[in-house]
Amino acid sequence: MSQMPQPPQLSACPACDEPPQAGDRYCDQCGADLTVAAALAAEAALSAEAIAGRSEAHADLPAPPRVNGAARSTHPEPEPDDYELAAPTSGGYGQVADPRATATLGAPEAPGESGIHPETNASTHTSAASSTGSGTGIGADPRLPGDEHRPRCAACQEGTIDQDGYCERCGHAQARTRDHMETELEGVAAASDRGLRHHRNEDAFSVSTAALPDGSPVTVAVVCDGVSSATRPDEASAAAAHAASQALRASLPRGAHPQQAMNEAIIAAADAVNSLALDTGAAAPHHEGQRHQNAPACTIVSAVVTSDILTVGWVGDSRAYWVPDDRATPPARLTEDDSWAAQMVAAGLMSEAEAYADERAHAITGWLGADAYELEPHTASYKPDRPGVVVVCTDGLWNYAESAEQMAHAVPPDARARPLNSAQILVGYALDGGGHDNVTVAIVPFPALPGRAGSA
Amino acid sequence: MAHFSTPDAPRFSVEVYQNEYLPEGGREVNAIITVTSAGGGATAGPPIPAHGGYEDAPGAYDGASGQGGASPRAAVVIMVDCSGSMDYPPTKMHHARDATAAAIDTVRDGVAFSVVSGTHKAVEVFPGNGQLAIADPLTRAQAKDALRSLSPGGGTAIGTWLLQADLLLGSADAAIRHGILLTDGRNEHEEPQRLRTVLDACAGRFTCDARGVGTDWEVEEVTGIAAALLGTADIVADPAGLAADFTRMMETAMGKEIADVGLRLWTPKGAEVAYVKQVAPTVEDLTARRVEAGPRAGDYPTGSWGDESRDYHLCVRVPAAEVGQEMLAARISLVQPVPDGVGSPPSPLAQGLVRAVWTDDLAVSTAMNAQVAHYTGQAELAQAIKQGMNARKSGDAEQATAKLGRAVQLAATSGNEDTAKLLAKVVDVLDVAAGTVRLKAKVAEADEMTLETRSTKTVRVKK
Repeated sequence: MSQMPQPPQLSACPACDEPPQAGDRYCDQCGADLTVAAALAAEAALSAEAIAGRSEAHADLPAPPRVNGAARSTHPEPEPDDYELAAPTSGGYGQVADPRATATLGAPEAPGESGIHPETNASTHTSAASSTGSGTGIGADPRLPGDEHRPRCAACQEGTIDQDGYCERCGHAQARTRDHMETELEGVAAASDRGLRHHRNEDAFSVSTAALPDGSPVTVAVVCDGVSSATRPDEASAAAAHAASQALRASLPRGAHPQQAMNEAIIAAADAVNSLALDTGAAAPHHEGQRHQNAPACTIVSAVVTSDILTVGWVGDSRAYWVPDDRATPPARLTEDDSWAAQMVAAGLMSEAEAYADERAHAITGWLGADAYELEPHTASYKPDRPGVVVVCTDGLWNYAESAEQMAHAVPPDARARPLNSAQILVGYALDGGGHDNVTVAIVPFPALPGRAGSA
Repeated sequence: MAHFSTPDAPRFSVEVYQNEYLPEGGREVNAIITVTSAGGGATAGPPIPAHGGYEDAPGAYDGASGQGGASPRAAVVIMVDCSGSMDYPPTKMHHARDATAAAIDTVRDGVAFSVVSGTHKAVEVFPGNGQLAIADPLTRAQAKDALRSLSPGGGTAIGTWLLQADLLLGSADAAIRHGILLTDGRNEHEEPQRLRTVLDACAGRFTCDARGVGTDWEVEEVTGIAAALLGTADIVADPAGLAADFTRMMETAMGKEIADVGLRLWTPKGAEVAYVKQVAPTVEDLTARRVEAGPRAGDYPTGSWGDESRDYHLCVRVPAAEVGQEMLAARISLVQPVPDGVGSPPSPLAQGLVRAVWTDDLAVSTAMNAQVAHYTGQAELAQAIKQGMNARKSGDAEQATAKLGRAVQLAATSGNEDTAKLLAKVVDVLDVAAGTVRLKAKVAEADEMTLETRSTKTVRVKK
């Protein structure tokens, strides 16, 4: 799909039926997370539309596993004192403040998975800021009456949702848009999921396509993983993905060298994350001193694919893999982690097996954020001599397919033709493995599809 | 929405410390809430004069009754015990007079104040017209002069003193209303029920610090006054220490910037509030003091605030939800009541969220938050001292030894050195780590009362 659907408004907390109030993210009565509910409603509406409007080509294909929301369903009938939570999908953490605003955003986008983006420099990203940024005037939409139609809690069906995303009646957290996200453009797709153990998705991604000055296509994918031990990791990853993607989409069409453009994009992403540390955030006052120690931080990995060159850039332990169509030829890992384990191996102090078995393995030694020691963006370019896909992912996936061979094994054979389906299958692969972390993966076919880029 | 900052009100911040992870079926959510107020403009008057006195009296003096000018920001009444026992030894009255004079020196210009002499009745010593005087160099000097009339004689009926203070404080239209009460004896000349009734009536109308001088007063009476009126309680065993203590108390009162702050607690449907306790700087159970404030919300009084920080321990039981679910277990906000209940409620001064997240990861759900653990220990420490001292008084040596031993252990492990020192005056510590103690055969009454009065003092977690 071309764009993440935004949740429509809910008229009552799904958990307790309390009418929500403007801006509520949690139900007023029961505290349920209303964004979940809104997402569910969106999901329901979308599935209906999707079934009706989806191209037949996809109808007979095996459906990828649907998780965190998509698979669960709304309560058809509200039961006031039933606390069972229906599922999440949308309305993100720190996201759209006013559910009515989200509603205006929600409806129009064509939801079909096969959706072909008509624009040349199409781009979608998961940044919360972008959702709010594009919000239209509140109250302009005649479908949006008064308070009695405020969203309701997904859990209790009654409570309205407070601005922090909990039901004001039963307290249940409402799903956030970021719990499960998918995006497909022509020639690139990505999927992200909260996973089974974490209560929110701190990963973020952005995929986009553009045209180089000579009219040839270029595809961009950015994947970021928020550092959980820092404050507001979800905002950090969203800001970084958004900034890097914007930078690349601005510089590549102007003819910038991909590796140079990549380096600059990572610096732009770092700046975006750094600036979050300056913004104290009204909701969470910090003591001086603590603020800096806990500055928002995230990893970044990005791939830029043209018709003949594949460029990757990264900071941290998110990775990119090369998986050729011809599985008889060797796959490869394209990135080198900024992590304790990688350093141990590189220094010859430990074997890879030993290093990754250590509990410190995942401690990262490089990241984007105001408290990073020194920013060292890594970039590399390759000229593959055969078609394949670049798998750009967070450790939520590669933990379950660490080596290039394991990753190649997990990637479906038709990945290049059906990138979204492959991304969904890889997310499912991580969830089947235990889903211990947020999982995000982008699939970027090589060479970039000549497609519509520059022709719209 | 625009955010207006009011320059002269303190800024509140709320920090929540908790382990939000609950095991499957888990219901109990514990959190420590740190509330800090800072940066207020307590500048209604010039800085405290080093020495109050005539010499720097300005020419413009508008009368002791303070009829002119705007209403004062703060009002304070000092209640001095003048019962007959204050004459034994005579130095006690002398020190009380000096202490009151020192406190008067600390009253800032522009603050409304009064001095009441307390016996079996309450007599206004200054200004004496049923109103408060506005502090300036002249009125401070006049007030100190008036202290000469303080002389011992009569009984002790603290309720009447408090009612008089309430009357006086009510006459001034001041936001911050505070009392300072000094007693040296038991509340013998009125029924205990009478004092309780007065405290109930005065609660929320003004705040009050209470001090016991010497060792002939009742710990529960003095701490009860402070608890009910959201002030501090302490012992001043040696009357010579009164002046310094009164100065400190008045300085704190002068530093208050905002009054009648409530801790508003929202909990989800089906949740029970197990308890709400202030845990720093002292342990004070607020659970029973809830006043309903709309659906699923209640207010707990916290009194007035200057630049300070307090910790609260909140324990709520929420309906269990499935593993992987997240719930808002409580929303804490600091609120100020709307005057006379009219107008829309103001936005909270600050707020914090207490969450519950159900997980099947036992390593995560069984971990205890360090702050919660610390204050659970501090509350147990206060409780153990109280039970131990009561057992000791009733002659139950076994129970007293066990409880005070546990207290010694808790004080040591939590780094509450002051309390550990006080305990060491009541018991011989044989083994700190194991909490093995022997009751001292002879304990000075002052040491015993100091321990009892200060048993609720806590220390904060070393960060």
